[in-house]
Amino acid sequence: MDYAIIVVIEMLRAISWLVLLAAGLGIIFGMMRVINFAHGEFLMLGGYTVIMSTKVGVNIWVAILILAPLCVGLFGVLVERLVIRFLYGRILDSLLATWGLSLLMIGGVTLIFGNTVEGVSTPLGSVDIGAYSIPAYNFVLIGFAALFLLAIWSVLKFTKIGLIARATMQNPAMAEALGVRTTWVYMATFGVGSAVTGLAGGLLAPLTGVVPTMGVNFVGQSFITVITGGASMVAGTLSASTLLGSISQATTIATGPVYGDAALLLAALVLLRLLPQGITGRIFTRSL
Amino acid sequence: MEKPVVKDPGFYIMVLIGVLIMFGAPIWFDLFTIMQVTQYVVLSVYALSLAYIWGFGGILSFGQSCFFGLGAYTFAVASINMGETTFPFILSFVLPAAFGAALGYFMFYGRLSDVYLGVVTMVVTLIFWKIINHTAGPEYSIGDARLGGFNGIPSIPILNMPGDPEAWLDPAQMFSFFMFLLIVVYIGLRVLIASDFGRVSVGIRENETRSSLLGYDVRRHKVIIFALGSGIAGMAGAMWATYQTFIDPNAFSLEMSAKALIWVMAGGVGTLVGPIMGVILLQWLSLKLGTLQFLNNFVILGAILMVLVLVLPRGLVPSFRHWALTGWEMFRRRERSAPPAKEVASDV
Repeated sequence: MDYAIIVVIEMLRAISWLVLLAAGLGIIFGMMRVINFAHGEFLMLGGYTVIMSTKVGVNIWVAILILAPLCVGLFGVLVERLVIRFLYGRILDSLLATWGLSLLMIGGVTLIFGNTVEGVSTPLGSVDIGAYSIPAYNFVLIGFAALFLLAIWSVLKFTKIGLIARATMQNPAMAEALGVRTTWVYMATFGVGSAVTGLAGGLLAPLTGVVPTMGVNFVGQSFITVITGGASMVAGTLSASTLLGSISQATTIATGPVYGDAALLLAALVLLRLLPQGITGRIFTRSL
Repeated sequence: MEKPVVKDPGFYIMVLIGVLIMFGAPIWFDLFTIMQVTQYVVLSVYALSLAYIWGFGGILSFGQSCFFGLGAYTFAVASINMGETTFPFILSFVLPAAFGAALGYFMFYGRLSDVYLGVVTMVVTLIFWKIINHTAGPEYSIGDARLGGFNGIPSIPILNMPGDPEAWLDPAQMFSFFMFLLIVVYIGLRVLIASDFGRVSVGIRENETRSSLLGYDVRRHKVIIFALGSGIAGMAGAMWATYQTFIDPNAFSLEMSAKALIWVMAGGVGTLVGPIMGVILLQWLSLKLGTLQFLNNFVILGAILMVLVLVLPRGLVPSFRHWALTGWEMFRRRERSAPPAKEVASDV
């Protein structure tokens, strides 16, 4: 019984992990049709923000919840103004340019901080469930993943900002004609997507430790989640994370973490063969 | 539109230059320079593999290093086990090509669009990279060859004469052989592109729907193009492995994929000469810049890629061709019609 609870919590953690990784990317890709290949490095930047600010004595929760999204969000706006805005509508070029950005960021951070693993201890202790004990931080991850999805969904569904964003997403020319400054919407979207990514990076930092090259480990999982999710942001991320997270966690429990990753990617490949437009390209098509 | 091969003077000039270098370089240069130039030759073959599938098939692969690494590891494992290199070298073309065909089946028969294609190829490369990195223990060995995980496989045999495992090629012979392969790949691809098959693949690149409505099997064409590119990349990997006599999982890295993209992009997508120039120029540049202490390779590669996309999206060779043609055109027009230029102006 206790073991069953542990397995369920581990499953939920794996799913939340994917949601956290994919949420920021989903916002940028889903709204703007821009592929941000530097996504892994945005996560890395969030991680470094947390490590560096806790080193100078900032409370870890302040660092994770306020500084990381703020820094990465501002960086995202800067990137949008300097690079991305010249590349709207040229999806492959945006992909190549952001890949260049990702290499540049890896190199730059290596030059500044060196190529060593920096860590910060996981806040909160552990929780006992029967004979087992698991880190309480797992519940923070699961909570934040749920909060992310709920927040994105309610902003898009109920607020005016969400309405404007959806209008821009569906028909930029029409939105422009109705007086929406689409360039600003794009800039803001990229900023919000980056901030969410930064927050996710901050949350993951205590678990993984940070190195300049850590982005590579996440970029595959993030992209594959968003792409198997398909067009709709919330429903797509949720369904893809649930499916892929369960498969990878089940494989991990059965064999080991390396094959867990491989199983995730393999499952996604097979799924894309069956549903090339992603899950929400065929199923749940009318959801957000 | 590609000219037929027989009428294209550029093609003959390139082949002539190649043959001159193949026979001349071992006489003119010392051994150290030869070894350096060999590196450019191997990487040029690798760049051509992507130049073909991207420039003439419209398939943007972010995981070209997947096939490069697969070819390198195939060659390493097979040649260590067999004690000779001719069959492993052929295998290093066949196995990646077969894998490329299988992956291509998944992707093209699933009708994945270009962006998804990029991500899927990258993800497959990551799978390989991760798994190979975790094969450090002694239990991971194929025959006599231990995979060695992140330490890589050392002491890979040098190429030998076909049929005689004792007759190793010396560096100059190896250079000439690789140069020969580069020329063969160049001629082969150039002829293929100008053939009917090549015309169809360019047609597919330009407009997939129209090509399929004309009755061409778009998916099958793409699988064949992709498999061929994968095979060439695998062969380049084998060349790299035997040149270095060492291979590690970095052959599968994203950096290796990025380099191929950057070379092709810099030289010009849709040309075969461009990517070779890209390899020579950028490898030389990063060698020179790499000696500076305050920069590292990632910064240089990243900056080059971003600047190329923003400033020179067509690449060097097509841009120069364009500038030269428009310059020539302007010059001719001025020669011919200097006085009536005013009339034209008043007409507007």
